[in-house]
Amino acid sequence: MSYVVQRLLTFPLILFGVALIVFFSIRLIPGDAITAMLGTEAGLLTPDQRAALAHYFGIDQPVGAQFLSWLSGLLHGDMGISVTFGKPVLSVILEHFPLTLELALMSMVIALIVGVPFGVLAATRNERPSDLAVRILAMLGQSTPNFVLGLLIIYVLSVYFGAVPAMGVFTPITVDPLANLMQLLFPAITLGFAFAASVTRISRSAMLDILSDDYIRTARSKGASPASVIWFHALPNALIPVVTLSGVEFGYLLGGAVIVEQVFALPGIGRLVLNAISQRDYALVQGTVLFIAFNFLVVNLIVDLAYVALDPRIRLGGR
Amino acid sequence: MRILKALFRHPSGRIGATVIAIYLVIAVLGALGLTPHNPLKPFPLDRLKAPGGTYWMGTDLLGRDTASRLMLGIGQSFIVAFASVAGATVAGTIIGLLSAWWGSLWDGILMRIMDVLLAFPAILLALLIIAIVGPGPMTSITAIAIVYTPIFARVVRGPSLSLKRREFVDAARTFGSSQRYILSRHLLLNLVAPLTVQVTLALAWALLTEAGLSFLGLGTQPPAPSLGLMLSESKNLMQHAPWLMFFPGLTIMLGILGFNLTGDALRDILDPRTQGRAS
Repeated sequence: MSYVVQRLLTFPLILFGVALIVFFSIRLIPGDAITAMLGTEAGLLTPDQRAALAHYFGIDQPVGAQFLSWLSGLLHGDMGISVTFGKPVLSVILEHFPLTLELALMSMVIALIVGVPFGVLAATRNERPSDLAVRILAMLGQSTPNFVLGLLIIYVLSVYFGAVPAMGVFTPITVDPLANLMQLLFPAITLGFAFAASVTRISRSAMLDILSDDYIRTARSKGASPASVIWFHALPNALIPVVTLSGVEFGYLLGGAVIVEQVFALPGIGRLVLNAISQRDYALVQGTVLFIAFNFLVVNLIVDLAYVALDPRIRLGGR
Repeated sequence: MRILKALFRHPSGRIGATVIAIYLVIAVLGALGLTPHNPLKPFPLDRLKAPGGTYWMGTDLLGRDTASRLMLGIGQSFIVAFASVAGATVAGTIIGLLSAWWGSLWDGILMRIMDVLLAFPAILLALLIIAIVGPGPMTSITAIAIVYTPIFARVVRGPSLSLKRREFVDAARTFGSSQRYILSRHLLLNLVAPLTVQVTLALAWALLTEAGLSFLGLGTQPPAPSLGLMLSESKNLMQHAPWLMFFPGLTIMLGILGFNLTGDALRDILDPRTQGRAS
């Protein structure tokens, strides 16, 4: 069976597994949806009122039936109602998601713009002082937690430049692109820093491998300029692992946004899930976790398929 | 012992291993109560003292010594990191080994379960587990262990599949060795190298995740000091007491750096194909 077919066939299976885990983990939490909504006041309900609410939330059904009805709701875009927002979970998620998506995309762009040239530079100057400097920087970048870097950035901005980054507010890109950029620039640098370090390391390593390949020697012996060998012959192939890394990391950026959004008080999906946990809004926890995992899976699937397109050896089962 | 010697001959391995050794000594001193001051007792008259003679790293809002709290915090973070990685290593190794050994249907089922767990970004899966069980060090250990189990299962399964087909395993079978003996002596012993590298790198990640969860208020709970929690508490005081941010931040960073450097060095030592490529 070809890799693509196998990958496409297992996708719905894994998605189902993810839904199963999310649904049943939320059911493991002590207390039910009624207690979550009313807190201690749930004890004041009459049996009839409790039965009516149980019917409203669908928790009077056996767990299996609840799962199937939840699953069929999901297929129709119904993730339940958020207790804290009093709105459908999906609409709450869709309100908060653009910020996180933009943040993750900006971080990825920053990481690629910084990481690829540094990686190439280090590979072409292998074992020289500039290579060593890039490697040390990349190692430091990978070891710096985003919350440490985020706090440091806020500190430097506020103490040395008297500029406190706008916290807790978000201007959509469609309303004021400049304000939007200014709000997300530092969080994106924070989130993309470690990613840039990974990109640097992987592009350096891929370039080192490729620069010793026969076809590069052929290109050089045919008289191609060093710059053309690096940028046109070697780099396109060195980018294949970078594409894979970017895809996987993009999913992690969506997850990692939880902490960065908390540091910069940005109302994205990461902060939403965190608040949902502290407010015990389980429908929202369930929805956001599933939403992020779904995006993570879709991105990984796209990356895997792109990888196949970029590297035909995988199609032949060489993986 | 041979690996340890090679590690100290490797430039980044030497730095990494030294950092880890220093942290371990500090953690033990902290656990034995050999801290310069009482890390938990507030001294209201000494609140927000800048680093100096009595308090090398200053004090916090309650007048507690930052250095003493860091010593205890390192221990707390290390316990969570080591325990969670130990759990993930054992669970992941068993799953990976059995998956490769049994093959076909079991391999498919076990690996798909691992794929499902890998479908969650690590911090999110940890958050989901914390939402169920509630925050605390034990929850952090369980959450981080579950998050990293699939990675270990994959690291073990790949080489086990090829080892399973090697002649010495066939020979062991022919001689009537039990399944358990073959798995533990012939397969597992040959997996020590990739596992050692993975354990070291996972420790860096576990340290990072523990600090991240504590920073979010979902890991170690106050008044127990934890590096992430100390950093989170410094957020509102950074302009007046920046030392409350610098020291915990630097401590977390150096700890992760130590494990990353050691992991890379071990990869160079144990897998010569990657020599100089990974770092």
